Amino acid sequence: MSVLLVALGAAVGAPLRYALGRRLDGGWHRGTLTANTLASLVLGACVGWSVDGFTLALVGTGFCGGLSTYSSLAVQARDLGPRRGAAYAVVTILLGLAACAAGFWVAGGQA
Amino acid sequence: MTPGPPPRLLLAVAAGGAVGAVARYAATELVADGRGFPWTTFAVNVSGSALLAALLLLPLARRSPTWAAALGPGVLGGYTTFSATSEQARALLADGRAGLALAYVAGTLAACLVAVSLVGLLAPSLPEEDEL
Repeated sequence: MSVLLVALGAAVGAPLRYALGRRLDGGWHRGTLTANTLASLVLGACVGWSVDGFTLALVGTGFCGGLSTYSSLAVQARDLGPRRGAAYAVVTILLGLAACAAGFWVAGGQA
Repeated sequence: MTPGPPPRLLLAVAAGGAVGAVARYAATELVADGRGFPWTTFAVNVSGSALLAALLLLPLARRSPTWAAALGPGVLGGYTTFSATSEQARALLADGRAGLALAYVAGTLAACLVAVSLVGLLAPSLPEEDEL
């Protein structure tokens, strides 16, 4: 059951990331950055809400995991070169952490 | 603003993403991340990054844009996860384990960058739409 929910969530999240990237990615990969930040926000909220296992599989592991990507982040950062690539990766990581903490907090999670 | 991708490519990414996410789920079911350094997610992200950088070594991905989308942004995008690393780092920080959180975040980024750079010495570079 959980496997199907993970697959279903990712089948929505992954094309959403792809569409965001195709529309918004330019010199700064704003589409991928948006997808990664949004996914971190939603996953933080899921954990803060203490959602049940099925919801976590569908929305957390499936949708957020499919919407976010590390492989693209790594390849894009490499191709941007050392300085811009490092800036892109660090901005992505800090925004992701902030979005995740914000989602967790808004959902009333207890630290 | 450019027009959105064709439906054929979106479907390919959706199908690939489902396969990749299930593979990631299976990996974390097999070896759970636990409460320390999330080694399973780390391994998933490093291996997925290396495979994405290597995508065009595969003749199928070079020949067909649909297969390239299904395998790159699809399977490997769905297999790797950024949201989980954010949540794991947040949880470690909330636990008061800032050193471990920093080691995890910096270690994942460094290992993924080294992996894609090493593979990049061998593999042709990807067109931008397949990096997504």
